[in-house]
Amino acid sequence: MILDSKIPEGPLAEKWDKHKFNVKLVNPANKRKYDVIVVGTGLAGASAAASLAELGYNVKAFTYHDSPRRAHSIAAQGGINAAKNYQNDGDSVFRLFYDTIKGGDYRAREANVYRLAQVSVNIIDQCVAQGVPFAREYGGLLANRSFGGAQVSRTFYARGQTGQQLLLGAYSALSRQVAYGKVKLYTRSEMLDVVVVDGKARGIITRNLIDGKIEQHSAHAVVLATGGYGNVFYLSTNAMYCNATAAWRAHKKGAYFANPCFTQIHPTCIPVSGDYQSKLTLMSESLRNDGRVWVPATKEMAERLRAGQIRVQDIPEEERDYFLERKYPAFGNLVPRDVASRNAKQMCDEGRGVGSTGLAVYLDFADIIKRTGADSVAQKYGNLFDMYAKITGENPYEQPMRIYPAVHYTMGGLWVDYNLQTSVPGLYATGECNFSDHGANRLGASALMQGLADGYFVIPYTIGDYLANTPPTPVTTQHPAFAEAEADVRARIQKFLSINGTRTPDDFHKHLGHLMWEYCGMARNAKGLTFAKAEIQKLRKEFWSDLKLVGTNEELNQALEKAGRVADFLELGELMVDDALARNESCGGHFREEYATEEGEAKRNDDEFAYVAAWQYAGDNQPEILNKEPLEFENVKLTQRSYK
Amino acid sequence: MAGSNPNAKPMNLTLKVWRQKNRTAQGQIVDYQVKDISPEMSFLEMLDVLNEDLLRRGDDPVAFDHDCREGICGSCNLFINGRAHGPEAGTTTCQLHMRKFSDGDTIVIEPWRANAFPVNKDLSVDRSAFDRIIQAGGYVSINTGGAPDGNEIPIPKDIADRAFEAATCIGCGACVAACKNASAMLFVSAKVSQLALLPQGHVERKTRVENMVAQMDIEGFGACTNIGSCAAECPVGISLENIAMLNREFLVAKATSNNLS
Repeated sequence: MILDSKIPEGPLAEKWDKHKFNVKLVNPANKRKYDVIVVGTGLAGASAAASLAELGYNVKAFTYHDSPRRAHSIAAQGGINAAKNYQNDGDSVFRLFYDTIKGGDYRAREANVYRLAQVSVNIIDQCVAQGVPFAREYGGLLANRSFGGAQVSRTFYARGQTGQQLLLGAYSALSRQVAYGKVKLYTRSEMLDVVVVDGKARGIITRNLIDGKIEQHSAHAVVLATGGYGNVFYLSTNAMYCNATAAWRAHKKGAYFANPCFTQIHPTCIPVSGDYQSKLTLMSESLRNDGRVWVPATKEMAERLRAGQIRVQDIPEEERDYFLERKYPAFGNLVPRDVASRNAKQMCDEGRGVGSTGLAVYLDFADIIKRTGADSVAQKYGNLFDMYAKITGENPYEQPMRIYPAVHYTMGGLWVDYNLQTSVPGLYATGECNFSDHGANRLGASALMQGLADGYFVIPYTIGDYLANTPPTPVTTQHPAFAEAEADVRARIQKFLSINGTRTPDDFHKHLGHLMWEYCGMARNAKGLTFAKAEIQKLRKEFWSDLKLVGTNEELNQALEKAGRVADFLELGELMVDDALARNESCGGHFREEYATEEGEAKRNDDEFAYVAAWQYAGDNQPEILNKEPLEFENVKLTQRSYK
Repeated sequence: MAGSNPNAKPMNLTLKVWRQKNRTAQGQIVDYQVKDISPEMSFLEMLDVLNEDLLRRGDDPVAFDHDCREGICGSCNLFINGRAHGPEAGTTTCQLHMRKFSDGDTIVIEPWRANAFPVNKDLSVDRSAFDRIIQAGGYVSINTGGAPDGNEIPIPKDIADRAFEAATCIGCGACVAACKNASAMLFVSAKVSQLALLPQGHVERKTRVENMVAQMDIEGFGACTNIGSCAAECPVGISLENIAMLNREFLVAKATSNNLS
């Protein structure tokens, strides 16, 4: 298939308006003749399902959670960007567009990002009208704060729980349509395959997680809003259930997977404390506004600290290396996420890490506490300090926090055109699930913006263009493709249950996560990636011959659920490695050690790699085919990022 | 491998866990021993250790609900030693850590107990009743696209803050589990208060409270007798004042609305 991004003609600022006029419309009376399946009920899914139902389509919404409100969008802390310019500080749609393109290290599509910036303002209005309790000034108007990567205050927030409040808003809109009978909600239902009929997506196969029932669902179009794949690393800030199965099943049915190696590592997470660790917890980026990052100046000092021979308080000021302030005097502790993360890793690699594992650096609030008092710090960061204390048992008012980078977000995902349609007609991807608008690095407070932009304001228009060209005759599950897909799903489950080996799904997952983190994490090189590829292939073989499960399909079987997800991670992991190997440059979150400036910073190669890598599945154990979508920049000038 | 505290000693514990094959099966408490539990572990990581051990031995792991493990998604829901979310105040099960327990302890772990929350399996329960209550009216009826500019609706900061406090409910159901009547009043009142406080919610104020309370009754939740265990056990500190507000809203609605049902 030829990659056609379907970017509309014309000047950047007019593309979306023109496109909205040019897309075909479905007559209001005909809308009720179309069924749309939406998989996932996070920000991107719930907003799409509610908006499509409001238009009159019959929506079936699926979530593997017990309630749509549990989706991981709920955990986003910081805020949501919008180019409102309420602060009169020079913000504009173009500035938000520019910041996002630059922050993404010039690996995103101009037209998509500009549209995102345009609709960002509508999102805030919509959410306010729903009753989302954003932070407000004393005059009653909406408050803003600044966030990393921007010089204007454009971030709207609801204390440290912005994701929760936005998701509950989308959930309320969805619930209203469920009550009206326009959305049929399927909870505890996991999508296990896409059904493709005559080259078009016509339905899905699901498994009811409570009783194991395998079901066929048909529709005129399918929207995947199933989130990112950060859990391929085992440890990440993602929720435990986050997985890539829906996207990966779609990939194997013909949807291209774009830029899989673009993953974001967040610098300020609570470090790993032991082998039993199940997930990592983010400490909001806002802490770097006042906290100072440091490690002991010498390896010897760090060793004595780790052995418990000295305490952190015993280290004199001149023996502390505030490495970000030293290396980046202009930005200091506020360098972007990828730069902060890589530097922390480097300190630990030099043997100067702290904590019992040596895989942590300090984030110290002593200065600000001395300057403004503990009360003032508590007002600003109280909930974060409490969370830290709860998890670590340490008091961050008295001793510095220990932090370490962790996987947080995946910029890669299913390739979509300007209409958010994948390479399979009738199959759409929204939110973190698609390869998105963030290029090689996402700016803070932009994930919520993109999920809601896609769901509330893009897909309701673009899906109509497809449906208007689709006959409104009912789609049933009679076509043999449904029975075939169901048989495949059943066979796979039976295979998992019949292996009867010795290693649990979690055991394989941890092993894979270790390989990914070590060789395809914060820093990558050809040698390590080649090694990881072979190891992943070995591990995958072992999985299919040594997996241990108990019980049956016909019950709540959480280990069986996990096995399916790990099986898919084991395939996606290899593609991430392939993608990282093929991209012989460093950009954003993708840092290839061979491609660095003399000062050790990421070095892009725009001549050869200003493209989207869209991988095409070519059959089991066959190398995937790399399709390239060239990125053309007509409105911004490509520059090397510098934070010195 | 210990974390921040190299001197933390691993613990051996006895767990008494509710096991129930499915919704209709008879359940029972089963004893398990877990060894070498680090005080740095979270409670759910301790259960992960148990489950890995059970699975390796060919036994059925214990089913329980969880997801974000950051205290915000509201999935986790264990009744630990007779308390919703365990012994630590203002804490979800996933944020409870083993340093709150001692070597040799016996820990009793049960699912939420309420007629309106039937058991799926072991410690996992069905809380879809909460979704149906929200579907009965926990929203502002506006479609995508027609909203006025966000700053056209000024809201006094103290009102916005109070609405936010009510809106932070995570829907875990601890309030129901803690209540001797299995009442859902704290959950329902949090949503009713949030939308009654905000101007956006005023148009549907009366029908909302009537419909949500009616659905709460249909689902089989008990009545509120003002004991306050719900607020005491709520992991996010939803205040009892919300119930007072709900009662006031309900009374006004019943006395003045045209809805005669």
